[in-house]
Amino acid sequence: MSIRVKVLKFNSFLRFMQASDRFNINSQLEHLQAKYVGTGHADLNRFEWAVNIQRDSYASYIGHYPLLGYFAIAENESIGRERYSFMQKMLLPCGLPPEREED
Amino acid sequence: MYLYSLTLQRPTGIICAINGSFSGGKTQEIVVARGKVLDLLRPDDNGRIQTILSVEIFGAIRSLAQFRLIGAQKDYIVVGSDSGRIVILEKWSEQVDNGANLLVTVPGGTDGPSGVLVCAENFVIYKNQGHPDVRAVIPRRADLPAERGVLIVSAAMHKLKGMFFFLLQTEYGDIFKVTLEHNNDRVSELKIKYFDTIPVTASMCVLKSGFLFAASEFGNHALYQFKSIGEEDDVEASSATLMETEEGFQPVFFQPRRLKNLVRIDQVESLMPIMDMKVSNIFEEETPQIFTLCGRGPRSSLRILRTGLAVSEMAVSKLPGIPSAVWTVKKNVIDEFDAYIVVSFTNATLVLSIGETVEEVSDSGFLDTTPSLAVSLIGDDSLMQVHPNGIRHIREDGRINEWRTPGKRTISKVGSNRLQVVIALSGGELIYFEVDVTVGSYDKTIRILSLDPDDCMQALSVQSVSSAPESLLFLEVLASVGGEDGADHPASLFLNAGLQNGVLFRTVVDMVTGHFLLTPLSYETLEYAASFSSDQCVEGVVAVAGEALRIFTIERLGETFNETVIPLRYTPRKFVLQPKRKLLVMIEGDQGALNAEEHEECFEAAQVGENGTGSADQMENGGEDEDKDDPLSDEHYGYPKAESEKWVSCIRVLDPRTGNTTCLLELQDNEAAFSICTVNFHDKEYGTLLAVGTAKGLQFLPKRSVTAGFIHIYRFVEDGRSLELLHKTQVEGVPLALCQFQGRLLAGIGPVLRLYDLGKRRLLRKCENKLFPNTIVSIHAYRDRIYVGDVQESFHYCKYRRDENQLYIFADDCVPRWLTASYHIDFDTMAGADKFGNIYFVRLPQDVSDEIEEDPTGGRIKWEQGKLNGAPNKVEEIVQFHVGDVVTCLQKASLIPGGGECIVFGTVMGSVGALHAFTSRDDVDFFSHLEMHMRQDHPPLCGRDHMAYRSAYFPVKDVIDGDLCEQFPTLPMDLQRKIADELDRTPGEILKKLEEVRNKII
Repeated sequence: MSIRVKVLKFNSFLRFMQASDRFNINSQLEHLQAKYVGTGHADLNRFEWAVNIQRDSYASYIGHYPLLGYFAIAENESIGRERYSFMQKMLLPCGLPPEREED
Repeated sequence: MYLYSLTLQRPTGIICAINGSFSGGKTQEIVVARGKVLDLLRPDDNGRIQTILSVEIFGAIRSLAQFRLIGAQKDYIVVGSDSGRIVILEKWSEQVDNGANLLVTVPGGTDGPSGVLVCAENFVIYKNQGHPDVRAVIPRRADLPAERGVLIVSAAMHKLKGMFFFLLQTEYGDIFKVTLEHNNDRVSELKIKYFDTIPVTASMCVLKSGFLFAASEFGNHALYQFKSIGEEDDVEASSATLMETEEGFQPVFFQPRRLKNLVRIDQVESLMPIMDMKVSNIFEEETPQIFTLCGRGPRSSLRILRTGLAVSEMAVSKLPGIPSAVWTVKKNVIDEFDAYIVVSFTNATLVLSIGETVEEVSDSGFLDTTPSLAVSLIGDDSLMQVHPNGIRHIREDGRINEWRTPGKRTISKVGSNRLQVVIALSGGELIYFEVDVTVGSYDKTIRILSLDPDDCMQALSVQSVSSAPESLLFLEVLASVGGEDGADHPASLFLNAGLQNGVLFRTVVDMVTGHFLLTPLSYETLEYAASFSSDQCVEGVVAVAGEALRIFTIERLGETFNETVIPLRYTPRKFVLQPKRKLLVMIEGDQGALNAEEHEECFEAAQVGENGTGSADQMENGGEDEDKDDPLSDEHYGYPKAESEKWVSCIRVLDPRTGNTTCLLELQDNEAAFSICTVNFHDKEYGTLLAVGTAKGLQFLPKRSVTAGFIHIYRFVEDGRSLELLHKTQVEGVPLALCQFQGRLLAGIGPVLRLYDLGKRRLLRKCENKLFPNTIVSIHAYRDRIYVGDVQESFHYCKYRRDENQLYIFADDCVPRWLTASYHIDFDTMAGADKFGNIYFVRLPQDVSDEIEEDPTGGRIKWEQGKLNGAPNKVEEIVQFHVGDVVTCLQKASLIPGGGECIVFGTVMGSVGALHAFTSRDDVDFFSHLEMHMRQDHPPLCGRDHMAYRSAYFPVKDVIDGDLCEQFPTLPMDLQRKIADELDRTPGEILKKLEEVRNKII
């Protein structure tokens, strides 16, 4: 479910960008991609991409209190507990990184 | 379609709270963040929390902090929001336990050893630069399952001269007092002592005045007073007694007890979270009621909201006759409190003096043998009584002047202010008196002279009117120079005269500058009312109704609704209304809790030796009266936690008029109810039946799993007051959505939409479609169309073809939406809300809709081709708006009699809002321009761009933000004029427009 969130946010961000400044968009994008973690780069592997997405989703949950409340009701936990468990999940959202293949 | 969005009830939940003195001076105030609203609260002298200020910031508040510049007299507020960033400065860094979730600063300098308390799961650790860690274990409740840890969720620090302590609250509601034994900078021991248990908070504030403000995470907030600060020596856990064994640190146990150190003195209502909501006029009152399911676990409730302010009655006393009017007067304009209450009857006047008590007096100088038409303070210190035969003027020293009406005419109506009086004589004549103000200062001589009827109280103008005046009103807007916003408000005067022939006569002396908000009261019908101010009651109202004199105050001015609360047992999930029988049927359920019997056993085990009787009664309505000082009420202490595979759930039939539960079915064996609907099957053997979808052994983690799902069919017995199980049908998943459709039952079970018919022993499958992407969470049906909501793929429009017995999807949405609420608007339109706080409408384009209706196959051919990845047609998004809060319920309803319908929604944070559709193009133009100007000239308080906020996930479409527009009157006068000029209107007209549209909604 987190994948969609990411893509949507990025799309709407692009839309804003194009409307405001379509001439130097490439340089702006490069700058933004360097500045914001998670916007990706050409050498991103599948695992890193997934970790970024997951962390971004968890960060969004923690940042939006009503969403935390919504999860807390669903799981019958306190909001503080939800926040804590999302933070814990951010450490290794997709488990340990796969072993690097020797190139 | 253009909509106007308006918040009717601002969020009632609290995200975080801080205390300090923000308006300067010594007053202790609390600032609370309610998601997108900042509120300033202040406990008044009686310990009641009053809202002083409330500002919508159009952004998500994440954190609050308070700071004070050195030497300054007041505190400032730091707001962490989604608008920008906050720089965090670090002095030193050190690896902490990766389970740390909360940091609390320890005072430094002369007050303490400085450093921080690191709260982690099960532990509190004191850390400082170059200081060894001091660690203590957080005590556990004895009944807590071993798998669960203990987490600190909120903390407060209190500093007194020479000492300080912390209050830390766990996720189960227990508060611990933490103290540090220290010698200068060396901390030798960290002590944890059980303090008290209150409902779990999001934030706690210890006020210097000896109060504890507890902002609950769900349910009402409370203000407690400290009785003591737990100074006994018996600590539960300490760093000195920490025992380390091979399995880790040894846990410490304690038993929660009744409140010892705190006393609750006030509470602030909170609707958070609204789980479900329906608007209906079940009670057949003037305006419809809003039924909301609120709260969670043992603090759940059904709240019936009615528009209007709640009043608290202070006194009711019977009068000797039927009063016609009532006034209050002060003896002097500088007096703080009123001196007399004057009650007029048809043939007499009663004067009551206000003091410690309210009692009758005869030496006031008022004429008591005649009815009164008006009583007021006139000038600075004299009183005026207008009665049918004249005007009586009582001076400060008790001397009385009387002006008599000419001839046999009587005064029929009167209007006055402190300097002017206008009377209407029988026979159709108006006489106007005034204190001559040309001298400029109201010095005593002039006033007395001018009020003396024989000398100077001259009739300044006489106006003849065509008919006998019925009612007169002098409306004065006081002049103020250099007000808060720096603008000058010229004084304005209106004279309103209502004539018997129905003509309202109005003389406008100046343009409108004031802004009035009309809010109805929820109280008995009052005939006449006046303001009331005394020692005990500073801002009250005295009123007459029937034969009684009533004194009351209005609580918490500024709220739109007043509420009636009926407590429930578990977290309410959904409910259905039975409008004819005036009953509600609801489903409640909780994960990881014990059911009534198990709970009772547990309770009794814990209460051995103490008196453990009467617990069954308390369970019945989930907590009884809150004020009954019940030692271990669940409402206060929460249900004991059980393993996460445990479920408790019940189905309840409730009579909202009496608040009585007429039937309560507790589900057994970890079965929990998730969906409910009423259904009339083809064969009318049973009439209306109730269908309830349940799941057994549902688990969310590590992966969602379920033992079995069921659909229960109940029959209403005893005139709908009770339920009888007809049969139970097993299904393969959780039936999250149920809906009646053409005399059958539609059920959404995971990704399957299935049509059932009623059988003798079970439901019979008739037809199904398995092509839904994830999980069906809502079903609406209209004619032969079925509107299915998927948990993450928005709406799917389906059709049922009876002759071929086929269900197929002919249109869907191209945007993935995580549906949390949905509502059917019309044949082609659906309204939905997603998890990220957006409300949106989708509509099937007219041509597509027509094509499908005309096509004999109903677009089935296209569907069967299956070449497109999804349905052949797509719906269009026609409305989109970011609310900034998870919307849990939507309904189309009219909140005022005869008013247009609007979409009413409730949210997790406990706010209620409405979307109203504009009917004229002019209004749309006007409000979109007003919104545009407001965005430019009045950007939101915390710097978030308004347009970006309302477009946080998707660009806002065709919705005008009424909350922003309604901030117009708060602008400085010159800015108001500037905006008004650009809109080719006057500020007065804009205010009128704003009020008009609000009045169409509520």
